[in-house]
Amino acid sequence: MSKLPEDLKYTKSHEWVRTLADGTLEIGITDHAQHALGDLVFVEVPDAGRSVQAGEACAVVESVKAASDVYAPIAGEVTAGNVRLSQEPEAVNTDAYGAGWLWRLKPAPGALAAAALMSAADYQQVLDAEGG
Amino acid sequence: MAFIPHTPADVTAMLAAIGASSLDELFDEIPQELRIHSLERIPEALNEMQVGRLMSERALADGLLLNFIGAGAYEHHIPAAVWAITTRGEFYSAYTPYQAEASQGTLQLIYEFQTMIARLTGMEVANASMYDGASAMAEAALMAVRANRKSKAARILVPTSVHPYYRRVALASTHNQGLKFEELPYGAADGVLSLATLARHEADDCTALIIQQPNFFGRLEDVDALTDWAHARGMLVIGVVNPTSLGLLKPPGQWGAQGADIAVGEGQPLGVPLSSGGPYFGFMTSRMEHVRQLPGRIVGRTLDAAGKPGFTLTLQAREQHIRRAKATSNICTNQGLLMTAATIYLSLMGPQGVARTAAMSHARTRELVDLLTHLPGVRSAFAGPVFHEAVLQLDRPVAPVLKALAARGIAAGLDLAGLYPELGHALLVCATETKTQADLERLRGALAEVLQPARAA
Repeated sequence: MSKLPEDLKYTKSHEWVRTLADGTLEIGITDHAQHALGDLVFVEVPDAGRSVQAGEACAVVESVKAASDVYAPIAGEVTAGNVRLSQEPEAVNTDAYGAGWLWRLKPAPGALAAAALMSAADYQQVLDAEGG
Repeated sequence: MAFIPHTPADVTAMLAAIGASSLDELFDEIPQELRIHSLERIPEALNEMQVGRLMSERALADGLLLNFIGAGAYEHHIPAAVWAITTRGEFYSAYTPYQAEASQGTLQLIYEFQTMIARLTGMEVANASMYDGASAMAEAALMAVRANRKSKAARILVPTSVHPYYRRVALASTHNQGLKFEELPYGAADGVLSLATLARHEADDCTALIIQQPNFFGRLEDVDALTDWAHARGMLVIGVVNPTSLGLLKPPGQWGAQGADIAVGEGQPLGVPLSSGGPYFGFMTSRMEHVRQLPGRIVGRTLDAAGKPGFTLTLQAREQHIRRAKATSNICTNQGLLMTAATIYLSLMGPQGVARTAAMSHARTRELVDLLTHLPGVRSAFAGPVFHEAVLQLDRPVAPVLKALAARGIAAGLDLAGLYPELGHALLVCATETKTQADLERLRGALAEVLQPARAA
């Protein structure tokens, strides 16, 4: 398993969150998650302008084995969905922390502080505990 | 012997577990007025011989009427081979088999069905069939709401010239899911939807436009202009089509500049007999770009581990057993037996056979309308071309006329008084390739006779 990027925050449900320069958050699924799902054949991302609650199902990732929802770790308004994934779902497999981002979000006031996000080290412990 | 496996002790134990004191309490949400307290109107049991006799008597009471009723179910010639093959043991199943891939023959047949339906409609992908045309239209409306992510309103434009029962089924099966159907009137003179009527919805957020071709009155809608109008405003187009008509008419995949997005229809005309209203089957197709929103089963062709071609259920992540509550639909099987009959029918008829059936049905209907509208007191309700059905208007109420014709052995058409009161004394008639010139003459003569006495009086 590849090393976890230190600049990202993580959730127990295997999403990652990157804070961009303008304060917008970029969200995706971790390398561990994509590996567990297997080759993705379809990704559905939310539309820009949609407001989401923390814990709400926002995206769908479908592999040859299963289809899973991806949950919003933080409440806010979606500023962009990664529409490129509708043509290239495999980007989530090959570059989970880069080209495989799912959506960008402008967090609701206070939502980022309220979210229980983990550091790379803490997330690594979760993976170790899961046997990953 | 009662076929109920529970003993009184079982029932008591189950009620205790649920926390209900009696069976009545368990069912207390069923209103009193809906409950039947005795079965006194149910007659005594009959033995097999008595039931056989009763059924033959009832069948004789129906008689063998010369049929001119269409209205969504059509009498066509069915080659004898269709049901001789369909009822073979190997095919005799109502559903997709549970261990689907173990039944390669059934999967191949479904794959052939999908291919034929996709070619007939000019669409990119077809599923393995639906319950009937009406439920397929309801599923198409739900699918359009999922597929058209630009529209938030879940509002579907539906002309009142779409089959009234289809509209009722669509409303009943979607209203708890927040869909709104906006009904659009047809032109009083021509019986079709006009761009001027649509223009009233220019500014509304609408998700999709439903177009039935031919429409319930048998009239041909201007599908190209309607499709382009809807697409220019970000709506999806749902075509509801008669499969036989596609032997003559432009398929929905070619409507307008881009073609319809979803096309559905009733499959009964393809080899399924008229049998007291069913069972029938629906077909459903779409563009490939929307395939993940398409409900139902889809069979794909693939290669097995040894590199040999085989058939498999595919794109199952849309379906209930994988996606649970977020599945595209609760449809998780198909109308296997009827779809089998349709596949065999289409393979026997071929494209030329379907085209000839369509052309012959169209010609017979034109002859029929021409014959009948030459009678005094009978006129065409709408100007403009029809496929194999037409609305006539009589100079008096239709019901007594139909009754008199039934007494002469003829089912002359469908009385529209209840469904379209604004059309006055309107009668929907249909003639398919099964009707001979002598049959048309027989109806003309009988109608002339029935209309005669009142005119003399």
